[in-house]
Amino acid sequence: MDYELIVIGGGPAGMAAALEASKNGVKQILILERAETLGGILVQCIHTGFGLHYFGEELSGPEYAGRFVVQVEENPDITVKPDTMVLDIVPGEGSHTVIAVNKADGLLELSCKAVVLAMGCRERPRGALNIAGSRPSGILSAGTAQKYVNLDGYMPGKEVVILGSGDIGLIMARRMTLEGAKVKMCCELMPYSSGLTRNIVQCLDDFGIPLKLSCTVIGVHGRERLEGVTIANVDENRRPIPGTEEYVPCDLLLLSVGLIPENELSRAAGVSMDRVTNGPVVGQDRETDIPGIFACGNVLHVHDLVDFVTLESQQAGKGAAAYIQKGTPAERTFIPTKGVNGVRYVVPQKVDKSAVEPVKLYFRVGEVHKNAQVRVRCGETELVKKRRPRLAPGEMEDLIVKPEQLASLPPNAVLTVEIVK
Amino acid sequence: MPNTVREMICIACPLGCGLKAELSESGEILSVTGNSCKRGDSYARTEITNPTRSFTSTVKLTGGTRPVVSVKSKAPVPKGKMADIAEVLKSVTLPAPVQIGDIALPDAVGTGVDIVVTDRVSAA
Amino acid sequence: MSEQKKYDVAVIGAGVVGALIARELSRSHIRIVWLERCNDVAQGTTKANSAIVHAGFDAKPHSVKARMNVDGNRLMGQVCEELHVPFHRNGSLVVAFTEEEVGTLKSLIARGQENGVPDLRLLSKEELHAMEPNLNADAPAALYAPTGGIVSPYELCIAAAENAVTNGAELRRNYEVKTIDTTEEGFLLSNGAEQIAASLVINAAGVYADKVARMIGDETFTIKPRRGEYLLLDMSMGGVVDKTIFQCPSPMGKGVLITPTVHGNVLIGPSAEDIEDKEDLDTTDAGLRSIQTAVKKSVPGFAIRDVITSFTGLRAHDDKDDFIIGASEANPRFVNVAGIESPGLTAAPAIAKYVARLVSAILDDPPKKADWNPIRPEPLRLREMTPAQRKALIAQNAAYGRIICRCETVSEGEILDAIHAPAGARDIDGVKRRTRAGMGRCQGGFCGTKVLEILSRELGLDPTQVTKFGGESRVLVGKTK
Repeated sequence: MDYELIVIGGGPAGMAAALEASKNGVKQILILERAETLGGILVQCIHTGFGLHYFGEELSGPEYAGRFVVQVEENPDITVKPDTMVLDIVPGEGSHTVIAVNKADGLLELSCKAVVLAMGCRERPRGALNIAGSRPSGILSAGTAQKYVNLDGYMPGKEVVILGSGDIGLIMARRMTLEGAKVKMCCELMPYSSGLTRNIVQCLDDFGIPLKLSCTVIGVHGRERLEGVTIANVDENRRPIPGTEEYVPCDLLLLSVGLIPENELSRAAGVSMDRVTNGPVVGQDRETDIPGIFACGNVLHVHDLVDFVTLESQQAGKGAAAYIQKGTPAERTFIPTKGVNGVRYVVPQKVDKSAVEPVKLYFRVGEVHKNAQVRVRCGETELVKKRRPRLAPGEMEDLIVKPEQLASLPPNAVLTVEIVK
Repeated sequence: MPNTVREMICIACPLGCGLKAELSESGEILSVTGNSCKRGDSYARTEITNPTRSFTSTVKLTGGTRPVVSVKSKAPVPKGKMADIAEVLKSVTLPAPVQIGDIALPDAVGTGVDIVVTDRVSAA
Repeated sequence: MSEQKKYDVAVIGAGVVGALIARELSRSHIRIVWLERCNDVAQGTTKANSAIVHAGFDAKPHSVKARMNVDGNRLMGQVCEELHVPFHRNGSLVVAFTEEEVGTLKSLIARGQENGVPDLRLLSKEELHAMEPNLNADAPAALYAPTGGIVSPYELCIAAAENAVTNGAELRRNYEVKTIDTTEEGFLLSNGAEQIAASLVINAAGVYADKVARMIGDETFTIKPRRGEYLLLDMSMGGVVDKTIFQCPSPMGKGVLITPTVHGNVLIGPSAEDIEDKEDLDTTDAGLRSIQTAVKKSVPGFAIRDVITSFTGLRAHDDKDDFIIGASEANPRFVNVAGIESPGLTAAPAIAKYVARLVSAILDDPPKKADWNPIRPEPLRLREMTPAQRKALIAQNAAYGRIICRCETVSEGEILDAIHAPAGARDIDGVKRRTRAGMGRCQGGFCGTKVLEILSRELGLDPTQVTKFGGESRVLVGKTK
């Protein structure tokens, strides 16, 4: 066996999982990272707002990542291979093989007892949106623009329209403005923003950038470089309303229209996937349905706060450590979880009935609700109920179920998470 | 001159209440409405009297593995000063290597707040 | 004006037709200059079409189209083998949806046989559905053409360009021919800044062929671009059909096709619309939706998801409704290769051979090169290699161990090869078409910045000068500070 644990991805999820596994006694841990440095996407997220929950202070992305990078570097149990791309994961009985490639080692075939999938997510590109029009330069995903501006020191445009009010788009509205660009507007297809309220206030309102709700880009113009876009309001079925078209001159269109977990490796390995989260189906220790393969962070479901990525990944690291040391328990009963009545998904998708610690059920709602109640029930039995002043699709929610509640559940139980009308 | 009303969204919690603050001719706050709790009231008052923000940007780097490095204000700065700070930072250049916490610009535009490096970049 | 250079032949246009012509001409001892107005080859119709190698039952018997189609189909295998271009003879089906359309199929078979298309036959309902189980179960019959195939058009063009340049053709990019003067020795071409003399001109300028012909006073034809919009779907949609599925042509139109691509994606389209603007490559909401509706007629259960991209191609439709290949009436040393719309891709190898014979005749049979090399070496493709091959390659050159495009597993070594190849990549789209970097699910979201960095380094360009596809299509407008 080359390693006890191989962690794929050295962003916040991978680092937290590796550190937690080490803390729980795992000795030979390898992190495979495709970039030159650890830290993942946080390295380019130079704005602050990270760490309020986990560290109790407001850090920038590089600072938040830096705190874990230092720990990883100082940890003798953890080896890091940067600039390394994993090509394949071949699951086996009691041992998995990870195939990767880099310049220094060439092709690597590494065996390990357990794998943590922590590859993160990617941005939804233009093609997936089917915006009509020409194919000029000047159309970028917000994250790509963020890399050019924050890491490379280059401006991808001067007059900007942002499509989608995801957090990266909002953050980039402010960044581009502070770097001297004119951000003309942010268009959001839905009647509400998917970004955090804080970001709408501090990234748009502060700079007088209008947020146009129920509005989308229906056409792009320009042969070589983008010259403008046509925007239009949309009806309740998200179809453009004729007569509301407006031409907006700009040389840069930034897309912030959603994130997709990067699960090509997970799928190729044969891990079962959740069609709503686009991530693997896991238990509360974040183990997938292939024993010894765990998943955490944005590869599992897209998070809005890195603090929760860290917490979730620690569970995965701990779970991996337990698996490495004790293997799979001989007898295990899983209770499936399910989101209904406005709850789009629940992670974990199943809960071990014999859990010894409280289980946090993360979930997302499909629409904005004010002053609502959320609850977990099993059949007609209510296990937890909480009031929430506001529920929004952009903000992840959680409810905690206690071990004794799980233990008392009948066979064939299902944990249902819902909004109470 | 009549009294003026300023509208804003409260970010003290995720509820995002729409606040309305009524201001007198002299700029005195007469009332805050639309809030669901006390925090909304104080948020509105701070936003009107002394709004502050965390400021983040980058500065040029020489001799490093990257051409720029990220920076932030060590404490929130007055909202109105952000553009001035951004302007001053254009002429700041640091030599690599840099560490998290290195001072890029002391006492930014008289705010008393230092602009500090938030990432580590080694020398090329 | 700088000093002018003299050539035997000037080929105008670096689409797939111009590329295969330049390659064929490079067999002879003649000086060839090959002029392209864009920053790369394959920038017009070649980069956006159905990518189909047609069997040849569609064209009107005894037309130039019919002959070139059937000949080109026969030649395609060898050309793609020599140039290492992905080509797959997957066979085509024309599906009838009514008994009336079965009659149309029978006349198509008769027409195909007259054109010399081999092995055409009518499939019964049972045979059809055994062959393509996802097709509309009500379809009563289909025409099966086993010689139909699929090819990567831009790769064919790029490979032919590389091979032509290797064999001595001189490719000049960003050279837009603006005027052509007739001289005693032949022609003087100019882009407004630099003159090029050639004793013979081949006009393979695609949708601009009429404009180029006008430069010597040839007004015998007009090109009216016909716009076609397509949707390219992710590999996860692959396998929905094995053959290229055409809908039976009806008075309502030609119908849309659904086909696998040589890279395992699924392509659907085209919509069809005649337009005036030769640069109008906009996709339209209506066009894209019409394709989605029409394709469901062929495959009712087809769910349009995982769309990678949509694109528009312009087909060089001429008013004569046949290929125009031959010496111009205005000047016998000016050869038009115009109106090469569908099945132009299929016909291209045959057109190239035909034009080369014509040129030979005009230039009094110049001798052939003894050392002409028909082979364009196969580009190294990490993603297609066995682990042992990968290991050996990376040991030899570490650049193949640095993966730049994660979606398509493209290494830095492959990108360097693409940039430094003959007629190599000069922009981001050029790298994409040669290596597939940026062609996957994230559409360059991650690797775009790295490809830009590599282009900047290798070509000695400032990052702000690197373009998506030449001209003003720069990605970065300046430094932040």
